[in-house]
Amino acid sequence: MTLLLQFIFSGLTTGSVYALVGIGFNIVYNSTSIINLAQGEFVVIGGLMMWFFFVGLKLPFLVSFTLTLAVAGLVGFLMERLTIRPLIKKGDLLLMIMVTIAVSILIRGLLMFKFGKDPYTYPPFTVGEPIVFLGAVISQQTLWVIGITCICIAILYLFFNKTMTGRAMKACSLDIKAARLMGINVSQIVMLSFIISAVIGAVGGIAITPISLMEYDKGAMLSVKGFCAAIMGGLGRGRGAVVGGFTLGILESLTAGYIHSGLKDAVALFIMLFILFLRPAGIFGRSEIMRLRKF
Amino acid sequence: MASEVILQVINVSKSFGGLRVLNNVNLSVKKGNIHALIGPNGAGKTTLLNIISGLEKSDNGEIVFKGKSLRRLSSYKRARIGITRTFQNLELFSDMTVIENVMAGMYFKRESGFIASGLKLRKVRKDEKDIANRSLQILDFFELSHKKDEIAKNLPIGEQRLVELARAIASEPELILLDEPAAGLNIKETKTLGILIQKIRQDMGITVLLIDHDMELVMKICDFITVLNFGEVIAEGEPIVIQKDPKVITAYLGEEF
Repeated sequence: MTLLLQFIFSGLTTGSVYALVGIGFNIVYNSTSIINLAQGEFVVIGGLMMWFFFVGLKLPFLVSFTLTLAVAGLVGFLMERLTIRPLIKKGDLLLMIMVTIAVSILIRGLLMFKFGKDPYTYPPFTVGEPIVFLGAVISQQTLWVIGITCICIAILYLFFNKTMTGRAMKACSLDIKAARLMGINVSQIVMLSFIISAVIGAVGGIAITPISLMEYDKGAMLSVKGFCAAIMGGLGRGRGAVVGGFTLGILESLTAGYIHSGLKDAVALFIMLFILFLRPAGIFGRSEIMRLRKF
Repeated sequence: MASEVILQVINVSKSFGGLRVLNNVNLSVKKGNIHALIGPNGAGKTTLLNIISGLEKSDNGEIVFKGKSLRRLSSYKRARIGITRTFQNLELFSDMTVIENVMAGMYFKRESGFIASGLKLRKVRKDEKDIANRSLQILDFFELSHKKDEIAKNLPIGEQRLVELARAIASEPELILLDEPAAGLNIKETKTLGILIQKIRQDMGITVLLIDHDMELVMKICDFITVLNFGEVIAEGEPIVIQKDPKVITAYLGEEF
């Protein structure tokens, strides 16, 4: 029982990051119908840039945190301006998705150039005794990761449902033609969706690095896991990605704990194949949601 | 009625592949009028509306709105200078609530800009409130305020049309383009729609350019009619004149009258 609880908490921790990456996938998908396969790189940028500002330059924590988010946002912004915008008029989704792979390779290369191949870490946000809950040991950083993820989700919920800009983004995802005719500048919305998804990916990276370390090439696997989380919940559904992310995290951690740690990464791939074959609209999705969208 | 021209279509042509859909179409809409564009199916009416609202580009010719050419303006900018529209096949934000749909129409009307709205929370909240209040007034006008929190796609078609109209009105346009607003409505709903369109012109001073096949509606509420057939204007004038035009009768009204 204690062991099970321990596994669940460690699953929730990694699951948080999958959820954040999954949400990032959804935000970009909703505004453009693109799968941004560089999504996982934003998590790595978050972890490594935080190390750079916080440990490397010895800046105060909050300053480093803010600067890291700014850098991630800037990368998202540049990615959209330089690679997506010039192609979006052509409307070739496959081409744009391939370009996102190119961007992810580029980012990985640049990060390796700057940081080398070593894993990086920095101290947890707060020092102190781990909390013991029904026998399971929970480090404070675990609570930070889960807490920050919940805060991100809450902020995004308020943004999409309570602000005009958020509503405009939602409007674009529902009917891009009508949105345009309501005076909504769709290309600005696309840009914003890249920035937001980059920033929330980076938040995940910043929070998880003290627990699981961060190295330059973690992004690809994170993209796969985040994508898995997103399709578990049904691509494009914000809440779906959250549930998907946490579920995937827990399943992984249970597999690693009870079966074999070597099978950990196989879980996501297995789930992904299973869903794509049997329930392409996601576990919670209805098939009518799967729709082809064009520009 | 006032005689100032608000919208001019000058020599507009459009082909899809080898098919000439519009051929040197000229058209003037006077400010404050309810102007109808009628014609048999495939006459090019919707294409012309798409060109005016910027969804499609004409091969040549010019659209002039309030004395300015629209050539360089993309569709969202046209919406911002006062041209809005509804669609033949409803294009509501189907998963949003009724009031959210109307609020979306006011997206660019709020004072605080795109970036600022991310920073000045108090200002945003005030804007939000104003927009919500204004949206409610508009829904009141359409007698839909009791359904404001329902998801748009769950409403019956007749009410969805009204929501789409409300959303278009929300952006405070000077010209509104209605693509078959009465399609799929029953006789009673069509009658209400006619009254509402007249009220929109009367109370809000909005010029209306509409396409419809419901001749009763068109003849009753319109001040001026332009008839398209195979991409060309074959007649224009007041309803009385159009009803008697032999060319129109053969091309279009023939079977009915």
